[in-house]
Order: sequence, then structure tokens, then C-alpha cells
Amino acid sequence: MTHSGKQTIFKPKQQDFLIDVRGLTVDFDIGNHYVRALHGVDLSIRRGETLGVVGESGCGKSITWLAVLGLLGGGAKVSGSARFDGQELVGLTPRQLTAFRGGRIALIFQDPASALNPVHRIGRQIAEALRLHRGLTGKAAKEEARRLLDRVGISNAAQRLNEYPHELSGGMNQRVMIAMALAGEPDLLIADEPTTALDATIQAQILDLLRDLQAETHMAMALISHDLGVIADMADRVSVMYAGRVIEEASAEALFERPAHPYTRGLIGALPDIDGPRHRLEAIPGAVPAPSALPPGCAFSDRCSHVETICHKGPPILGLVGGEDDHSAACVRLDAIEDQELNLASQPSKLVHQRAGLQEGVEA
Amino acid sequence: MFLYVLSRIARALITVALIITLAFVILRMTGDPATIILGPDAPPEAYEAFRRNWGLDQPLFIQYLSYFAAILKGDLGQSMRDGRAALDVVMERVPLTLLLTVPALLFNLVIGITAGIFAALNRNSWIDRAIMTASVTGFTVPSFVMGLVLALIFAVKLKVLPSGGSETWQHTILPSVTMGLIGAAIIARFTRSAMLEVLGQPYIRTASAKGLNWTDVVIQHALPNAAIPTLTIIGFMIGSLVAGAVVVESIFSWPGVGRLLVGAVANRDLAVVQVILILIGFTMVLANLIVDLAYGVIDPRLRHSTPAK
Repeated sequence: MTHSGKQTIFKPKQQDFLIDVRGLTVDFDIGNHYVRALHGVDLSIRRGETLGVVGESGCGKSITWLAVLGLLGGGAKVSGSARFDGQELVGLTPRQLTAFRGGRIALIFQDPASALNPVHRIGRQIAEALRLHRGLTGKAAKEEARRLLDRVGISNAAQRLNEYPHELSGGMNQRVMIAMALAGEPDLLIADEPTTALDATIQAQILDLLRDLQAETHMAMALISHDLGVIADMADRVSVMYAGRVIEEASAEALFERPAHPYTRGLIGALPDIDGPRHRLEAIPGAVPAPSALPPGCAFSDRCSHVETICHKGPPILGLVGGEDDHSAACVRLDAIEDQELNLASQPSKLVHQRAGLQEGVEA
Repeated sequence: MFLYVLSRIARALITVALIITLAFVILRMTGDPATIILGPDAPPEAYEAFRRNWGLDQPLFIQYLSYFAAILKGDLGQSMRDGRAALDVVMERVPLTLLLTVPALLFNLVIGITAGIFAALNRNSWIDRAIMTASVTGFTVPSFVMGLVLALIFAVKLKVLPSGGSETWQHTILPSVTMGLIGAAIIARFTRSAMLEVLGQPYIRTASAKGLNWTDVVIQHALPNAAIPTLTIIGFMIGSLVAGAVVVESIFSWPGVGRLLVGAVANRDLAVVQVILILIGFTMVLANLIVDLAYGVIDPRLRHSTPAK
């Protein structure tokens, strides 16, 4: 290995990030004290880029974005910085934030059936966003809502406008959510597990739709998922989160080919092989620690097979992975574990195969 | 929608029939009207004549059938006291009871719903705690205690309102407020929990994420959904207002249906008691029917579902 052996602290280049989140922390008020859910998250997305955000439930991947938009409610204390197109969002009043929400930054959520209001017609829910962000009302709003439904692939759009969410399937409702997000002509779309609640064929269709829309509108996207297949398929860059921190960040290619952090290695190693020989699935031992009971030092140390006393000294910070300038990981033992054979050579192709299998399934 | 309405109406009619039956069974089981009305010392012939006159000598089943048949024809019997149609005796008291219950209902809806919404929106703050403390007090204190306490304060101590009677509009205030406070306490509690449930739903987050300000999120997205469970309890409140009037009218010597019932029960005036029981049952059924139909209007999911569901 060619690098010095000392950790180089990762510093993002001052490129034109559309959104640049630095040191974001979130503390939840749980009655008599605060529990820290985010411990200084750094994320950034360039214009037109797709950032995949990966992690297990509770790692803070959704909270990060809800915090940026002030959607966590009164019980959460947010600090740090989130600059969107040069404008600091942390600390804005709710009223100032409403201009960004659903306008320049749109969100879609995991369970589309419950994310739409059951007592209002589809058309009204889309028209609401059109009125707020584009000043369209009445006939113009209705016509634009119809066009949007059409654009997201809903047949019979004019009739669907008058229907209620319970009359549509899950996949259709997610298309409605996407249409609603597009209503504000966003620069950034935050897709929070957009396909998790949908079955596999619908999943592939929704991802295709998102990809098409992105190509057409050049919006940036934050794709939050715990499904590495989805991430491998969609993301340009990936941030891996664990227990309220980003623990690895790299281009999608680099991450899947050369995962550096033991946790990322574990995640990728845990994927089943679709056409290789059958073998027992590798699992990461243990469970994610609760936010109120994090171990001192590295939050992953309790589950890590490479753990040493140094890991308990303090939480590791993101540092460049040897030999790469766009790949960083938060592990003090990177150098020591880097050389260990992990037999990951076949992994990226494995993921691509899985996605390909899905796509074929759609066409069949 | 048509099937939904039809099934609710059918259900309401069956309930009314059950109430009519129950009124009959209970009243026949609780003692012989002849003994009570004529007194224990009347000659045996007088008892017999009275029983023959009112059909009480017939087998119970025949009595039931002729009673039911008469009701279907709109004949609810005569008051055993003065021989007037029982329905007339009751109906002339109904407007007086409405004079108390309608303001009470408005009072408990306006105060109860507003308080419930404010408590939910300020969850765990001092506003919430104050409203919920008042609410618990309101619905744990029995209405006769509430009525007496209010009378003690406003009639006896402050001397600003009359403590009983029905001469002026001021006489309606204390009984209405007594009923209204209790109802408001219950509605506030239900509205609060319905609102909290709704505010935690993903579609509320969607509405905020869309860029609506909080006031619009609450008014346009939370309230219509919270109205659905709140309606259930409102229906129940409307139904029980007439029944609640029994106690309150007695406390404030208000000559409405409630006091008539107390008198009729004491006098064993079967026909009048029956009419009032049926009337109370009927209001409850009607209120619930209206609520069921209102559900259909508010909640599109019900409108489209089959009634069997």
C-alpha cells in the first residue's frame, strides 16, 4: 500500500453542491432529557446527482432529511448546517421553510397509501402543491395536475383526479406522490424508501420512472434505502450511515467494489448470491445499539470483528481511504483491515444481476 | 352509498323495535299498576275492573302483541292518571326539554371540540394539562353534584341566577350549563385523542412536506380526519342528552320530559313511562343514524365500501 499510514481527514471540495449538510445533529426531547439521534452528519449532493443513503432502520437516514426541512416537530433540537444552493436552512423559521418544502425540495415517502390524505381526492392533493408553489388554481391547476398524473404513467388521469387514495393501488399511489413532488418543480427530490412498501415488479417500475424524471428535469436526488440492490442500481454516490453518523462515503462503484468500513463490508457480504453456489448467509452479529446506549468510541465496535482497544477511545471521523480521493470511511483501523482478503470481487456484478433479474421480470 | 344508507336505516329500525319491546318487558316486570294506582285498600272488584279496562287481565304475550300493533298504528296508549293520550302528555313537555338540551349541546360541542383541539396541538404543555384536568373533573363529577354546586355558587351565594323554575330565560342557564359542561368534558377528551392520533399519521407529514403552513395542515388535513372518530361520541352525546335531562330537570325543577318521567315512574303511569323510554331510545337511534350517514359523507372509504364490511 502506498499511502502514509496516517489518516487523512476527509474534506469535501468546494464544488457547487446543491445541498451541503455539515455537522448536523439532532437531539430528541424525551421528557426529562435529550437523546442524540444524529451525531454530526456530513452529506452533500451535486446538481443532477443521485446520492444513495444506506443504513439499517434507526440509523438516522430519514431523520437527516426531515431535520433539514424542519419536519421533526417541536420535540427535536437541530443544529449544525445545511446549505441549500447557498442558503442556510438550519435555523430558519417554519414559515421560511415552507417556501422550500415541496417547492425546491420535495419529498416522497415509504408507504404511499398512508402518506396521502384518505379524505381528500387525488386531484385536490396535487392541486394544493400547485397552488403553493406555482400559484395555479382552478382550471389551470386541474389541467396541470392531469398532465402530471399523465407524466408519472397513470392512465385515465382525468378520471383519477376525482378518486381517493384508497381506490388506487400502492404503486399508483406512489406515482401520485411523485406527481405531487414534481408539482413544485424541485431541484432536489428526497425519496425516503420509495419502493420499500411495494412489490418487486412495481418497485422496478417506480425506480425507472424516477430515473426518467431525473434525466428529464436534471433534479438531484437523495435516495434513502436499506436495499443495496436499489442503491447499486440508482446511485452515483453512496453514504453509508450507522447509529446517527455517516461511516463511509464513496462513488457507488468504489463502494461496492472496495468497501472499506467493516460495517459496509458486512452489509455487502450479507447479500445473498443469486447464481453462485448456495451457502449460509453471512450476517453481522448483534444489533444496532439504541441511541441512548451507544458504546464509547466507535458505535460499531460491539459488532466489529476487527475491534481493538483504540476503537473505544473516541468516535472515529471520516478519513480518506488509502489511494482514493473520493472515498472516505470513519474507522481508525482502515489500514490494518484493508489488506485482509474479503473476496468481494464478485459482489458488484451480483447486484447488477439481481437488478437485471427484476427488470426481466417486469417485461415478462 | 345507497346500500350503505339502506343498511343503516334497517339497523336503526330493528333497534327501535327492540327498545319498544324492552320498555314493555321491563315495565310489566316491576310491579302491578292496579295496586299502585288504586292503593292497597281498594276493593277487589275495583282492581279487576281496572285490569280489564287497561287489558292487564290478558296473557302477557297478547298484551305485548296488542301493544305493538297499537304502536304501529301510532297509538301509544292513554295516561293511566288522567286518561289523556300518553303521547300528548309527553309531547307537550318536549319543547321545554329542548330549550335546555339544544343550548347544552351547542355549548358542549363548541367548548369541547375547541378545547380538545387546543390540548392536542399543545400536547404536554400547561395548556394541555389544564384542559385535561378540567375535563377529568367535568366528567367524573355526577350531574346532580355539578348542578347543585353551580346552583350553590350562582343562585345561593352570588344571587345572579334563579336556582329553579321555568319562568324566564335566565332559568335555562344553570341547567343548560350543567349538562353542557359535562358533555364538553367528554367531547374534549375524545377530540384530543382523535387529533393526536391523526397528527401522528404520515399524511400530516406529507402535507407539511408539501409546503403548507401549520395552520392549513391542521385545518385542511388534520381536522377532517379527526372529525370521524369524534362524530361517534357526538352521536352518543346527542342521544344521551334527553336521558341526562332527567336528573338535571329534577334538580332545577324544570317541567320537561325528564321530570315528567320521574313523576310517571313514581305513579306507575305505564303508558307515559313507555312513551318516554321509547322517545329516549328513539333519539339515541336517530342520533346514531345521523352519525352513520355523516360518516359516509366525511369518510370516502366508508362510502365506497360494501355494508357487509
